[in-house]
Amino acid sequence: MTTKDVQLMAHLMRRAGFGTTRQKLDELVETGYDKTVEELLDAVNHPSRLTDNLIRRYHPEYSGMMGNQSAGGNWMYRMISTDAPLREKIGLMWHGIFATGYAKLANGKVLHDQIRMFERHGMGSFKTLLIEVSKDPAMIMWLDNSENHNGSVNENYGRELLELFSMGVGNYTEKDVKEAARAFTGWTFGNTEYMTLKSMRDSVWPYGRLSFHFEYKEDDHDNGEKEFLGHTGNLNGEDIVDIICKQPATAAFLSRHIYSFFVADEPPVPEWPYKDPVDPAAIEALSKVYFDSDYSITEMLRFLFKSDFFKSEDARYKRVKSPAELMAGVLRLTEEFDRPKIDINPTSLQTSYMGQWLLNPPSVEGWHWGTEWIDSGALVERVNFASERLGNLESPGVQSLVDRILASSSDALTAEQMVTSALDELLISAVSDKTRSALVDFAEAQLSKTSSDSGGNAERLQVANVLKLVGATPEFQRA
Amino acid sequence: MVTANRKPSLVVIQLSGGNDAMNTVVPYTNGIYHDSRKAIHLSEDQVIALNGTLGLSNSLGPMKSIWDAGKMAIIQGIGYPKPNRSHFRSMDIWHTAESDHIADSGWLGRTIRELNPDGKNVITGINFGRGLPRALHAKGVPVASVGNLATYGLMPDIADKMTRDLAVDVFARMYGPDDTRDAVLQQISNTGMGAYLGADILRAAPEAYSSTIEYQADVPIAQSLRDISQVMLADLGTRVFYTQHGGYDTHAGELDNHAKLWNDLSTAVNDFLADLDEHERGDDAVVMIFSEFGRRIRDNGSGTDHGSGGVAFILGNSVKGGFYGEYPSLDPSEQVEGDMRFNNDFRGTYATLLDQWMGIDPYTILNDHYEQFDLIRR
Repeated sequence: MTTKDVQLMAHLMRRAGFGTTRQKLDELVETGYDKTVEELLDAVNHPSRLTDNLIRRYHPEYSGMMGNQSAGGNWMYRMISTDAPLREKIGLMWHGIFATGYAKLANGKVLHDQIRMFERHGMGSFKTLLIEVSKDPAMIMWLDNSENHNGSVNENYGRELLELFSMGVGNYTEKDVKEAARAFTGWTFGNTEYMTLKSMRDSVWPYGRLSFHFEYKEDDHDNGEKEFLGHTGNLNGEDIVDIICKQPATAAFLSRHIYSFFVADEPPVPEWPYKDPVDPAAIEALSKVYFDSDYSITEMLRFLFKSDFFKSEDARYKRVKSPAELMAGVLRLTEEFDRPKIDINPTSLQTSYMGQWLLNPPSVEGWHWGTEWIDSGALVERVNFASERLGNLESPGVQSLVDRILASSSDALTAEQMVTSALDELLISAVSDKTRSALVDFAEAQLSKTSSDSGGNAERLQVANVLKLVGATPEFQRA
Repeated sequence: MVTANRKPSLVVIQLSGGNDAMNTVVPYTNGIYHDSRKAIHLSEDQVIALNGTLGLSNSLGPMKSIWDAGKMAIIQGIGYPKPNRSHFRSMDIWHTAESDHIADSGWLGRTIRELNPDGKNVITGINFGRGLPRALHAKGVPVASVGNLATYGLMPDIADKMTRDLAVDVFARMYGPDDTRDAVLQQISNTGMGAYLGADILRAAPEAYSSTIEYQADVPIAQSLRDISQVMLADLGTRVFYTQHGGYDTHAGELDNHAKLWNDLSTAVNDFLADLDEHERGDDAVVMIFSEFGRRIRDNGSGTDHGSGGVAFILGNSVKGGFYGEYPSLDPSEQVEGDMRFNNDFRGTYATLLDQWMGIDPYTILNDHYEQFDLIRR
C-alpha cells in the first residue's frame, strides 16, 4: 500500500462519496481501485445501513414529511449513513440540475419521492430518467405542467426541459419550446385541482400529506401535428425526449455536468455557450460513451472514474464542496447520527445558511457552484459548522479520531506530529506552508498551555481543538 | 442633507422570479388589459388610483404614503434590447449590466471597488441573505454576506476566550495572502480574510440598535431590511446594501401569491423608511426595487409566463417622486411577441443612481453612456 494508492482512493471517495474515515480507506485500498469503483457503481442493489421502512418508522415526521425540513433531514441522514454513497451523490447532482423546491410545492413528501426516483433511475439511461422526470409529480407542479392544456399551452416545462435539463440555450428555437410544450399537454398528476389547492393552502391536517401520482390525460393532450427540431408528426412527450437524447448538444451538456460534478468545477451553466470546457477532450470522450452505451449514465461514470483525467493528480481538490457535501462529509466522520435522530432536521437546515437549502433551491436553475459557494457569509457558516462538529469530544467519531491521533506516536506528540496526523485522518493530503505553520503554532500553544486538568482529558481537548482548526482551513473547503 | 461622515447609501431589493409589472402598476382602465387577463386582472376596486389610467395593486397599499409624500419614483417600461426570458440569463444581464456578452463582474461589485479602491473597508458592500448575488461579485472586492446579523462571527462555539482569540488569529493567518496557492484557493482565502475583518465590526450593530418600529416577524424580507437598518445606523461605512425577495415566478395561482408577496414587501419597505426617519437617517438612503423581467401580457389561465418589459421603483426622501419612462402600449401592434416593449434601458436607471446619488462616474461602471432620469433631489 503506497501513499499514492491511499491518496487516489481518498480522491475517489471524496468524489464518488462524501469522504470516509482513514480506517475504511485502508480497507478500500486493500480491496483495490477498480473493484471499489464497481462496488460504488452497483449502488442500486447495495444494502444500506437502514432501510427506508426503518427510517420512516423511526419518527412520525419521517413518514408524513409535512415540512421540507423532515424530507431534507431524511435525505441528509441517508447521505451520512449509507454504504452506497454514490447513490446519494448522484441524487445530489440531479437535484442540482432538475432543481425542484418546497417554496412552491409546500409538500415534503412529493420532493422526497423525487429524490428516491433519482436514486432508482439516476444511474440508468438518461432517456428513461428524462421520461421519469417528466412524469414526476413534484416536477409537474414545480414547472406548471399541470396547467399545460390542449389549446392553452403553458410553456414552462417545455422551455426548461430544453434549456436547463438537456441541451442548453442556443440549440433550439422559440418555436421548439412551444412545440415541446404542446407535446407534453395532458401530462399531469391525479386529482389535479384538489392536489393543487391542497398545496396552495398548505393544510396538513388531519391526515397528513397525500401522495401525488402521475396521470396522463388523453383528452387534454394536443394530438395535432408538431414540428420539433426538424421532426414532424403527432409527437408526444416520449417522442420529444427521444429526439432530445439523440442531439449531440444533449451529450455535450450532460457530459459537462457530470465532469463538473465529479472531476473539476466548470463555470456556471449560463457561461457555457461562451466558454470552452475545462477539458474539451474529456467532454468529447464522455459524449462518445453516452452514444455508444445508449445513454447509460453508469457507463459514463465507469469510464470517468477509470480515466486518466479523473485519476490525475491535477484533478485533486479541483472542486469546491457544496454545503451538502461538506456537511455529509463532516457528519460521516463525527458519527453523531448513528440513528435517524430528529435532530438531523435542524442540523441539515444549516446547509441553507451556507447557501444550499436542500429541496428548496433558489429557483429552477438550481445553485451556482464552484467558487460561487464561497461568499463571506457562507464561508463563516461552513467554517463554524465544520469546526464545531469536528472538535466536539462528545461525538463517537471525534473520540476515535482523537484516539488514533494520540496513538500515532508512541511518545508524547509534538505539535508537528499532531498536525500531520490530524490532516491525515481528515484525508487532506496537501496544505500550503502558510496553513501548516499556522496550525503547528496553534498546536504548540495548545501543548504549552498549563492546565489544572492534568489527566488525559487536557491532551484530548488539545487534539480536538487541532481537529477543529483543520476543519476551519481554506483547504478543507475543497474536495 | 447627507453630511460629511454620512455618505449616501444604496439599498437594492431584488424580486426574484420575474415580477408581473402589469399587476403591480395596473392599467386598470385599459380594455386590452382586461381582455388579456381574463383570469387574473385587477379591477378598479382592487387598485389604488395614481392618475386617470394607472393604479397600484392594493397589495402595495403600505407604500401609498411614500407615493403621496412624493418620495417614490416608478420607472415604467424598463428593460433592455432583445429581451431574454430565461431567469438565469435575464438576471445575469441585470446583475452584470452587460446584455450582449457574459461579463465576469457585477455592477455593484464594480461600484464597491470604486467606493473602496484599496479594499480597506470590507463591509463597504453587504448582502443580506444566503449566497452572494452576481451583482456584488468583482474579483478581489470583499463583500460581506450576512445570513443573520445577530449570530455573525467566526467559531463562536469556543467558550474559552483565550482559546477563541487564538483560534481566530490562526484563522486570519491561514487565510492571509499566499502567492503559492492556486486561483480558487486564493479566492477562498480572500473571502475568509474579508469575513474575519467584517465579523468583528458587524457584531456591534445589533447591540447599538433600538427602534419603535416593529418589523413583521417571520417575514424574511422584513428581517433583512431591519438588519440593513441596524448596520446603516451603526455608521460602519457601508454604502451598498443588497437583499432579495423570492417567489415572483407566478406561472400559477398568481392573484393570491402576488398579492401576498407585495403586501409583505411594501409593509417591510414602509417600515424600513420609517425606521430610518425615526433615527433622522432617512435622507441617507435610496432604495431600488427591480426584477429580472416582467411577464406576458396574456395570462395562461391562472398565472403568467415569462415576458419582458418591467417596472422598477426608486424610493427615499431624496427621490423626486412620480412616473418615469412610459407605460408600454398594450396595443397588439406595439407588443413584442406578446410582451410589453421596453422604452428605457435599465442601465439608464443605474447611471442615474450612480451619478446623481452615489457620486460615481457611471461610465466607469457601465462602460457606456446611458440617458439618465432627473430623479434625485439636489
